[in-house]
Amino acid sequence: MSLISFKLEKRTPPSWWFRMLMPIMAVIISLAISSIFLLALRKNPFTAFYYLFYGGLGTKFAFLEMLVKATPLILTGIAVSIAFLAKYWNIGAEGQLYAGALLATWVGIQNFNLSPFFYVSLVIIAGFVGGGVWSFIPAYLKAKFKVDDVVTTLLMNYIMIYFVSAILTGPWRNPVSMWPESVNIAENARLIQLVPRSRVHIGFLIAVAIVFVAYFIVKKTKLGFEIRATGSNSKAANFLGINTLKTIIIASVLSGGVAGLAGVSEVAGVHYHLIHNLSPGYGYSGIVIAMLGGLNPFGVLFAALYFSVIITGAQMMSRSVGIPPYIADVIQGITLIVMLAMLLLFEYKISIRRGK
Amino acid sequence: MNNFFTASFLVGLFASTIRMATPLILATLGESFSERSGILNLGIEGIMIFGALAGFVTTYFTHSLWFGVFAATFSGFLFGLLMAFLVVTLGLNQHVSGLGITIFASGLAYYVYRAIIGSPTIPATIKAFDTLKIPGLWKIPFLGPILFDQYALTYIAVILVIVSGYIFFKTSFGLSLRSVGENPEAADAVGVDVYKMRYIALMIGGALMGMSGAFFTLAQFNMFIFDIVAGRGWVAIALVIFANWIPSRVFWGALLFGGVDALGLRLQGTAINIPFQYFLMMPYILTIIVLIFIARNASYPSALLKPYRRE
Repeated sequence: MSLISFKLEKRTPPSWWFRMLMPIMAVIISLAISSIFLLALRKNPFTAFYYLFYGGLGTKFAFLEMLVKATPLILTGIAVSIAFLAKYWNIGAEGQLYAGALLATWVGIQNFNLSPFFYVSLVIIAGFVGGGVWSFIPAYLKAKFKVDDVVTTLLMNYIMIYFVSAILTGPWRNPVSMWPESVNIAENARLIQLVPRSRVHIGFLIAVAIVFVAYFIVKKTKLGFEIRATGSNSKAANFLGINTLKTIIIASVLSGGVAGLAGVSEVAGVHYHLIHNLSPGYGYSGIVIAMLGGLNPFGVLFAALYFSVIITGAQMMSRSVGIPPYIADVIQGITLIVMLAMLLLFEYKISIRRGK
Repeated sequence: MNNFFTASFLVGLFASTIRMATPLILATLGESFSERSGILNLGIEGIMIFGALAGFVTTYFTHSLWFGVFAATFSGFLFGLLMAFLVVTLGLNQHVSGLGITIFASGLAYYVYRAIIGSPTIPATIKAFDTLKIPGLWKIPFLGPILFDQYALTYIAVILVIVSGYIFFKTSFGLSLRSVGENPEAADAVGVDVYKMRYIALMIGGALMGMSGAFFTLAQFNMFIFDIVAGRGWVAIALVIFANWIPSRVFWGALLFGGVDALGLRLQGTAINIPFQYFLMMPYILTIIVLIFIARNASYPSALLKPYRRE
């Protein structure tokens, strides 16, 4: 049928430098593909990308703002990668982020008379519990009733976002505000600023710490082994005596809990109150970040920083060159697809032949 | 409350049930084609959003609604082709490829809208489809205004339910399609081109998803708003399971969910003191509840999610 055919042969696992190189190649290729859409608007891609990276890295302000946005992205990226390692398709990080934000706000507006350290810890735990519980539901439905995880996690995003919107226009509405938003959380419940006169808060360091914790859990503990075994071959894992259903439920709760922390970062670190558009899709970006990071926590850290540059810089690029900021979403979609295609090189040697 | 359950209330409710079901019918048929061939297409939500955009923009400039429908359908066809290249030719993971297409297609839709229309204070609008009254029939009391005073796309959707059922179960093409989704090795052994069948299924499926998107911008509304599809693609994924991959059941399932949508909209307008967000939530909650009851007995195509590589 075709003039050219692909032949795939299983290859030996690639070396570490090849694995490091692959996401970088994916980034370059996807930027090259994205420039088609810039050229379509008769914009010079090099000028556009200059402003994209300048707007995300070029000034002190841009750099700090990039760290602010990187905080939830690191967390949703880690959240998604924990679930995906178990081949549990948690596409619900967006809803889990809101669930975490909801419970964290609830604790934060109680004005407890606690020292900041304890109060902030309590808010963080609340966020983890909120996201974890919201994520537990679809995992339980999968284990108990075989309900497809993709569909439930996705639909639960919409349910949670409508719920937050309902509660903000109803009982939680701040009476003195024009917008549907909650009252501010207590001063001693807020994540402290890291750099004066900027929005960077200690949540960034917490997110980086979570990267180390996630690495330790995934690579060094029995639970991590069970998660990876369930994901790579659940039949074999069962044979080894691993309770794969239980493993999936634990992975989903960890995943949702970490996504909930992204909600804490936005409520307790950035806005100090709950709003209905708390996240511009950080949960979905988490999927792209997890894949670009090769489901490795340190890979996720770098992938989150990269996309934070893109998302922050897209605003600057939009103002300077007149390119719609949605190019950031286009780049994310293309990067996800390109990275996935690159993974083929991981597993197979591809020889292209002419003729049959 | 006293206008509740009067004849005119019920006529309005049932008519809008069918209206709200239309995009779900088209999208779910599209997903059924894909899954019958063994491919889960999670690109559905993004393909619908891009279809909504393509339909709107084309009609905005050509003033032809049918050009709009064609553009939306064709855009879906192309995304189906892209999906086929990724998961059939390259054999990539179907979950992640589909999500990639959704993120890409929805981002591209917003990008194109901003680039072409900009962000005017008054949203750009088109003159949307009027309902098409079937001569004679629409005057039948009660049933007439429910069944025969609908949009042309709604009639097309109903016809496509019948056509799809016929294709799946009465044609040799349908037999090949199902065999590729159940047992590709066996299908290959008897001379069915697995790759070709899956390409065709994904392109037909994508086209139906694109057409579904056009319904939002060209019939239900007359503009493109950013959250216009609002997760109905994901509802369609659930509806396929609910319908057990059978087109006639797709129709009934879509009516059920269209009914919940329509009832929610109507209850919003009454004195019942419940925030509107709870009504918007209902279709999603209902979807999950229904899945709990049917998931165990769902008969997934056996080869779903499995890439096929010829030795």
